[in-house]
Parts: sequence; C-alpha cells; structure tokens
Amino acid sequence: MAEIRNYTINFGPQHPAAHGVLRLVLELDGETIERADPHIGLLHRATEKLAESKPYNQSIPYMDRLDYVSMMCNEHGYVLALEKLLGITPPKRAQYLRVMFDEITRIMNHLMWLGAHALDIGAMTVFFYAFREREDLFDIYEAVSGARMHAAYYRPGGVYRDLPDTMPQYQASKWRTEAEIGKLNSIRQGSLLDFIEHFADRFPACIDEYETLLTDNRIWKQRTVDIGVVSPERALQLGFTGPMLRGSGVEWDLRRKQPYAVYDHLHFDIPVGVNGDCYDRYLVRMEELRQSQRIIKQCIKWLRKNPGPVILDDHKLTPPHREQMKGDMEGLIHHFKLFTEGYTLPEGEVYTAVEHPKGEFGIYLVSDGTNKPYRLKIRAPGFVHLSALDEMSRGHMLADVVAILGTQDIVFGEVDR
Amino acid sequence: MKIITDYFKSLVLIELLKGLMLTGKYLFKKNVTVQYPEEKTPISPRFRGLHALRRYPNGEERCIACKLCEAVCPALAITIESEQREDGSRRTKRYDIDLTKCIFCGYCEESCPVDSIVETHIFEYHGEERSDLYMTKDKLLAVGDRYEKDIAANRAADAKFR
Repeated sequence: MAEIRNYTINFGPQHPAAHGVLRLVLELDGETIERADPHIGLLHRATEKLAESKPYNQSIPYMDRLDYVSMMCNEHGYVLALEKLLGITPPKRAQYLRVMFDEITRIMNHLMWLGAHALDIGAMTVFFYAFREREDLFDIYEAVSGARMHAAYYRPGGVYRDLPDTMPQYQASKWRTEAEIGKLNSIRQGSLLDFIEHFADRFPACIDEYETLLTDNRIWKQRTVDIGVVSPERALQLGFTGPMLRGSGVEWDLRRKQPYAVYDHLHFDIPVGVNGDCYDRYLVRMEELRQSQRIIKQCIKWLRKNPGPVILDDHKLTPPHREQMKGDMEGLIHHFKLFTEGYTLPEGEVYTAVEHPKGEFGIYLVSDGTNKPYRLKIRAPGFVHLSALDEMSRGHMLADVVAILGTQDIVFGEVDR
Repeated sequence: MKIITDYFKSLVLIELLKGLMLTGKYLFKKNVTVQYPEEKTPISPRFRGLHALRRYPNGEERCIACKLCEAVCPALAITIESEQREDGSRRTKRYDIDLTKCIFCGYCEESCPVDSIVETHIFEYHGEERSDLYMTKDKLLAVGDRYEKDIAANRAADAKFR
C-alpha cells in the first residue's frame, strides 16, 4: 500500500483569487482542506506607527489607503475619533454629506465584493456590470473630492468642500456622434446632487440584473449554499461584525445600535441571514445595496432643502476660507498655524467605531495632549474575519476556499494595515 | 404543487435562460466602453493630478518659499530650499517633489497661501526612469506655464467652495 500523507500547498501571494497578497498554506487530504494557515503582512505599511509622527489631519489620506475599496468610511471612523476627543459636533449638513458618502462607499465596496466574489466562483459577467456602476460612483467621488479613490474628503469638524453645482461633461470625439455625446451628457447637466439622484433612481434595476444572473443560478447556489457555515453563537465568539455576523442571523448594525452622524434620523432595514453560509451572506449584502440606495435617497432629499455650512467655523481647528485667509491677518495666522503645527487634542483616550461595509471599523486613539497621536490602534474587521478562515474552510474542498475568501470580503489594505 | 413547479423550472433551466436573456440583451446595446486615449472620461475641476508651479501674469513666480506645503505634506515628498534674491524678495532655490513618494492628497495645494503649487488635471505622464518622476522646480514651472489657462479655469470654477 502506498504511503498516504497530507499534501501542503501554497495559495498565493500571487494567486488571482487571493484578493491581493494573501498567502495561504493549505494542508490537503486529497482535495479536502485539513488546515488553512493564512500568512499575512505582505502589505504592511505601518499606518499606525506613521500616524504617531504626523499632526492629526495628515493621517486622513492614510486612512483612505487602509481598506482601499471603502475609502470614506475609514476616514469617517478616524475623524469621529478626533471629534469625540475634541468634543465637537460637525454641522448637520456635513453629517448628512458624510452619511450619503458612507452609503455611496458601501455600494462601491459591495459592488467590488460582488464582482470579485462572482469572478472567483466563475461568473464573469457580473463583474463587468458591477464595474459599470462603480464607474459612476468614482465620478461622484472625483467630482466632490478630486480623486477617484483616495478622497481625503472628511475633516474633523465637517467635510472639506460642499458639493459642486456642475458636473464635468464628455467632450466630442471621433468615436461618438454629437447625439451620443449629448445622451452621455444628459445626466450630467445638473449639479452633483442631481447626478447622485439619477444614479440612485437607476440603481435598483441594476441590482435586479445582478440578482437575475446569480440569485437563482444553480451553479452559484452549488458553490455557495452550505459553504462556510458559521453559527450565530460561534460568529459572536469569533468577533465577527458586519455582513459576516448578520449573515449568521445576528441583528447587529452599529448604524442602529450605536448611531453616529445622522443615522438615527434615517429609515432603513437591517437584513439578516438564516443559515450563516456564503449564500446567506450574499443575500444580506445584496439587500444592503438596496438599503444603501434608500438611505442615499433620504440624504439627497434633506440636502436639497438645507443648504448651509459643511464645516465648523472654528479656525483653531479648520482652516479659514481662502478669501478670508488672503484678506485678513488673523485668518492668515490661523492658516499657517493649522498647516504647520495643526491642533492639539486634550489628553485622554477614545474609541470610536463605524459600520464599515465589512464590519466594525474602530479607531482607538490615545492622546498625550500634543498635536500628534500618542498611539493609534485600528480595529480592522477583515483581520478578525480572516482569522476565522481556518475554521470556516476546514473540511471543505480546495475550490471552496476561494468562495469563503470571497464571502469574507478580504481586503489586504486593512488586514495588514 | 410547489414541488412540481420547482421541479419543472429546474428541468427547463429557467434561471439559466433568464440570465442568458439578460446578457443576450446587452449584445444589441451600445457598449459603454470609453475609447481611451481618443476619448476621455470627464474630469472634475477638483481633480488632483500632476503638480505644477504657477506664475503671476507678469511672469513672476508665485512661490514665496513659505514652506507650508513642505510642512503639511504627509508623505514628505516636497523638499524646499530658499534664498533671498538680489531684489530682496524671498524665493525658492530648490523646489522638488518626488512623485514616487507623493500620495496626491492635495494638501499642498490647500495649504499654499499664494496659489502657487497646484495639482492639475493632468494624469497622463510617465517617466522612463525613476529620476524622471522627480519633479524639480524647472519641470514644475514648465508644467505650470504650459497649462496655465486650464489651471486658472479650474481654480476659478471651484473658488467659491474653498
């Protein structure tokens, strides 16, 4: 009889389904997973340590780069921590803007997840459709902040700038006729808010398209139903948050349980799963897309009716307008002070968490009263979820590891930080 | 009854056909692909791309070497050395931006009190070697001179929000 032993293989770090730079050491018995050992750290950039050597505001662009598919939600977690320690509340309009962009970000993240997850499992078309919609969301990001991904838009005390009144237009080219260009530009005639509203109106039909392709599809179901089952008790023990926890049937959403910004004024439902498998988590996220669209609609309605300041007028914390800075000595002094030294936070420690598309994104900040954090700890949901990969994939087939990685919505920017 | 309909639905591959119908529908639709580089997606006036140093209309460079951008740069990509010129004005002797370090956060533009350093709408640039992406003062001023009209128009479009 031949000698029987387990087979060990490397999965990644250059594997197309490894979601970036995950290296998994898999111990296989035939094609069954005996042990999955994630090796992380290949994308470690020392964000926490870097933050200790910078004034508070300068770490905001680095927050974008943590979970690089849900940029503004990371920023939100960070600025909330600063605001809590400073004891300030941003203007209402800024809070609505933040909520709207958080939800736009959630849609962006879930579309990326949906496309990648489906592509990993073998459905290619959804990826194209999801990215078609993501392109519009990138345009929204760019119109408001100037960058398609790394926005650096939220500031302690509000947001950097108000929404623009116009949208950039397509220019004439040899590839399209006048009429086609006109059609492309027709949705760009109004303000950014009109553009977002148009997107929100169009989006439910797009979700229906994704669902037509996936929800009932037998191949999709074969690959996801009863894969990576986590019981509600176990999910809580493992520290799951976000859709991973809700997929197991625990109704836990920080937007509801510890409302921040204006989430307590908005109407939305929290979808929960029943079986706690990959399919349920898929259904939860699809419903979250619809709920995000609902929240965006409510925010648009409020923002239309309530113009006003988007950032606090306290120039010890926020820079004055350029006009004021150029014309007024005091404004110039504030401007110079803020961009060199920044501001100081009172001594103390603070923990804030936001409902990030992937789960609970927390910032633990210790201040020693200077203009830089003494310690910044980032609680990344992906890290916790990845640590349960071994348990979730044990006993499944090799191909199911990919489905489980997809359902965990792993992004290495936040896992490795 | 439900068992029978479900069985029938499963037998005739109804959900697969529905999916195929959806993708088939797109076969006859105009595709959304943008034919870059002949055709480009719209760019917002707030776009943060390649840096440039601007001049005043009389040709005098705007930068006064206050070093705010150097201080605020989170990635420490900017290096400035200053000197007093013969006419007594304070100017930069050296103004370098290392584009390989830059994270394009836009803080330099935000901090500049004289609108000198700006992030333009240009995103198509390349370097054949690493040193090509090390922008010196001359290079930055050249970018600014070349695109001044667009830069000024974009600043004007966004002026009331800043």
